[in-house]
Amino acid sequence: MEQRDRSRYALLGLTAALFVAALYMVFMWVPTEQQMGIVQRIFYFHVPVDWVAFLAFFIVFLGSIFYLWRRDSRWDTLAQASGEIGIVFTTLMLLTGSIWAKPIWGVWWTWDARLTTALVLWLIYVAYLLVRAYASDKQQGARFAAVVGIVGFFDVPIVALAITLWRTQHPGPVIFEGGLAPSMLATLLVSLAAFTCLYVVLLRERMAQRATETDLAKLKESID
Amino acid sequence: MSFWRKALAVTWKDALTELRTREVVFTVLVFALLVIVIFNFAFGTTQEAVALVGPGILWVTFAFSGVLSLNRAFVAEKDGGCLEGLLAAPISREAIYVGKMLGSLLFLVVIEAISLPIFAFLLNLPVASGPLLVTTLLATIGFVAVGTLFSALSVNTRAREMVLPILFLPVVAPVIISAVKASGLALSGGSWGDVGGWLEIIGAFDVVFVVVSYLIFNYVVEE
Repeated sequence: MEQRDRSRYALLGLTAALFVAALYMVFMWVPTEQQMGIVQRIFYFHVPVDWVAFLAFFIVFLGSIFYLWRRDSRWDTLAQASGEIGIVFTTLMLLTGSIWAKPIWGVWWTWDARLTTALVLWLIYVAYLLVRAYASDKQQGARFAAVVGIVGFFDVPIVALAITLWRTQHPGPVIFEGGLAPSMLATLLVSLAAFTCLYVVLLRERMAQRATETDLAKLKESID
Repeated sequence: MSFWRKALAVTWKDALTELRTREVVFTVLVFALLVIVIFNFAFGTTQEAVALVGPGILWVTFAFSGVLSLNRAFVAEKDGGCLEGLLAAPISREAIYVGKMLGSLLFLVVIEAISLPIFAFLLNLPVASGPLLVTTLLATIGFVAVGTLFSALSVNTRAREMVLPILFLPVVAPVIISAVKASGLALSGGSWGDVGGWLEIIGAFDVVFVVVSYLIFNYVVEE
């Protein structure tokens, strides 16, 4: 087996093991939260999904800067793959949040600060992917997307600031204030590790796919 | 020639073209008026309704007018084959960015200066307040800072006019939120202290995006 394949399967195995552990902890081990009841368990998916979404967009930002600086298409491949995963996880963040909000707040959606910020974030990165699709050639698409990736990243803190001043009702960050029971924190951490590994797996697979696409396009050109 | 002389030469070229063709300002003014009229159909014209949605109408009008006029900023250059000339001129890309941005700022300020009194006349709102005027100016600077960058980007794509609003509107969301809130406070007689927090956010946005756009404009126009 090649070195590359070996690390790939090792990572895949680790991710699968972490997910089994996380599922066991979320559904069997961790006690049910007193006030919210069973619904609160979605927290162990919602928070890691948010984390991966932000991580993914941060990687888009880094990939975009390095692409414009170095002009190496591998940085662009990284940024694009990460942008796509970021959109998927932002969508999951909005969905898992809504599923939690319906029984707790009584509505699927409310124009709360963090929800609105997440939605604006989603719109910015959808535009990031659209710009690439509308560009007249690949290099131009990569350049334009990098510009949007950089602007989007600087925009997010200002969006969050403006919307927070506007309104908020989302539960505060209990994690950092020590309001989380040790068993809940342990479950959350395992789940975070599982989702972070899943992000790396998806990123690598998507990048490999893009590399294959490029090779295929080159082969096609040589035939024509 | 110094940097500012070069940038202002670009602005002057745009202003002169506009004076000769009267394309952007007039059309966008008519558009702004249409938006105000259509909003009246949608929300009614009672004094309570106007107090509630007035600031929203104002900023939807300005944001859409901004999209319309910013689109023209580079479409005319591209269609006339002037963009190549501009890029070949012995001036830096940064000077082109600053020049085009000031040109768009000038157009939008003229459009706003004419539509604000119309707005006051039609909706019976006290627009002649210092905080409102400063909010409008700061928010417009934010609009043109990112708008000029995205306009240059979208004119080079296949979908052209469709791309600018999709990029521009989510990114200027913090400006629109803050401007609507600050205008609401200003229109209901708020003082500088009331709108201060919102003006700070718009100001921060302006500074961040003038700098960021200035630094990366080079990458959207290179061919």
